[in-house]
Amino acid sequence: MNSNNLMLTIIGLLLNLIDVLAIILPVLLAVAFMTIIERKQLAAHQRRVGPNTVGYYGLLQPFADALKLILKETVIPSQSNKVLFYLAPISTLVFSLLGWGVIPFGQGLALSDFSLGVLYTFALSSLGVYGVLLAGWSANSKYAFLGSLRSTAAMISYELILSSAILIIILLTGSLNFTTIIESQESVYFIFPLLPVFIFYFISILAETSRTPFDLQEAESELVAGFFTEHSSVPFVFFFLGEYSSIVLFSCLSAIFFLGGYNFPEVFLNESFINLQAIVLGLKTCIFCFFFVWFRATLPRLRYDQLISLCWLNLLPVAVAFIILVPSILVAFDISPY
Amino acid sequence: MSFARPRVLVRLQPRLLISPRTTAVRSAVLAHRLLSSSTRALAQHTQGPTRSNSPDALSSGLGKSLHHVPSPETVYDAQGKEVNPYKDGPSSIDKAVHLFFFTEILRGMWIVLENFFRPPYTIMYPFEKGPLSPRFRGEHALRRYPSGEERCIACKLCESICPAQAITIESEARLDGSRRTTKYDIDMTKCIYCGFCQEACPVDAIVETQNQEYSTETREELLYNKEKLLANGDRAEAEIAANLHSDHVYR
Repeated sequence: MNSNNLMLTIIGLLLNLIDVLAIILPVLLAVAFMTIIERKQLAAHQRRVGPNTVGYYGLLQPFADALKLILKETVIPSQSNKVLFYLAPISTLVFSLLGWGVIPFGQGLALSDFSLGVLYTFALSSLGVYGVLLAGWSANSKYAFLGSLRSTAAMISYELILSSAILIIILLTGSLNFTTIIESQESVYFIFPLLPVFIFYFISILAETSRTPFDLQEAESELVAGFFTEHSSVPFVFFFLGEYSSIVLFSCLSAIFFLGGYNFPEVFLNESFINLQAIVLGLKTCIFCFFFVWFRATLPRLRYDQLISLCWLNLLPVAVAFIILVPSILVAFDISPY
Repeated sequence: MSFARPRVLVRLQPRLLISPRTTAVRSAVLAHRLLSSSTRALAQHTQGPTRSNSPDALSSGLGKSLHHVPSPETVYDAQGKEVNPYKDGPSSIDKAVHLFFFTEILRGMWIVLENFFRPPYTIMYPFEKGPLSPRFRGEHALRRYPSGEERCIACKLCESICPAQAITIESEARLDGSRRTTKYDIDMTKCIYCGFCQEACPVDAIVETQNQEYSTETREELLYNKEKLLANGDRAEAEIAANLHSDHVYR
């Protein structure tokens, strides 16, 4: 009886582990290919070829890069706080990978489809700031410190806009559960009625993932490389993976919040024996990944005060206006979901 | 969208003269206003005069307190006449629309997207090569006459004109009485590829070929002697002759 229970527990744990690996490994692969996609797409925007030597069309370039970085020497500044120095990249990567735990890849295809999924995601994206903060503090370098200060202020500011945008979606769907949010978009994707919301949502995730118009902590002309200036080799790989993982994660979240996640018009999709839902979600994610790189190819970097004033003086009032407008419409036409 | 600015009101507004201004200061201010292209400055000043005179005092007061509109300063031209420096510019509504709908960002993004679908300009260098001018100045060569006699007459004009002093020549009379070089060295690590040696040469003996791919693993290999230079000339004679011919009109 007792040993039987123990066996069941162990098997359950193993199954859980397999579940987690089944998500983590493709995600890490996707992150690796996100790096090569970014380089190839930037090259295409600038009429270049991009990396094309390693593997067909340079497809194996991320693995060559990873191998090179792993084989490099890990340099630790002598005056640094060693524990925090190692903890920072690990926490960045772990927190950005943890976000994938609540993403539904299809009907019922989530590691955990629990009722506060959106809240969980936001908690994790707030925790992501800690990696940056710790890296800047522990490295004992002025560049890393300034980079992490900038990064932290920007991320905290833009988290506000991000949560405001999601708050509107929560108001529309009446749920913090990802599956409910996706299913309430069966009739119309939220990007159509909520286009202005989507615009400031997208601006804020650009800042959250510290991508180009807002990548001030990496302003290499001023700060060498920002908060990970002193990190080399494997710790740097972790930062790199964490950064790109959060790009893919936020693309996936945008697909879920605004493009209906795994939803697809049923005209094209009926009784198929392949699970097309996950592929549909992947394609929608790719659209937003493309957007990320497209913005990077187009826009120059903002000045720091512009970044902050854009958030607090322009985006926040708009966000608050929409937070008032959308519930007003819901109440006025009596279409609130609860 | 000129309806955004009622011109009548602009004319009716009280002249806010800042009295102790000299003409020089006034014209300087005018010049600054006219030259300044800062959108923020323009937006504030178009807003000022129209709002301050509108019958809706409440809204203007609100606008002022919210946006910190400075008191409108009237601008005068050289004759002392009042001018509106923003008469020909876009209205503030125009500018607000451009700002709010990201028109300029969208235009930029469209251009970037267009280029995404166009073929790259890349030349795959070791496999593909771009065109070279016949005047291209690459590796040096010493030429011969068709009879096989070397052209160089050891006049040392190239040696004396060489700004990097990369050329060293020694000469003596040959058995048939003509002056020929016994030593013609070029230090390719000193050479700056200015082409003066080629221009100075009266018999077109020393030339710079189009070959630029002669990197070596040691410095010593770049100290060229006469044999090496003559070999270069023998190898590339057809190319050198064609290049000199195609360019001879301009010499």
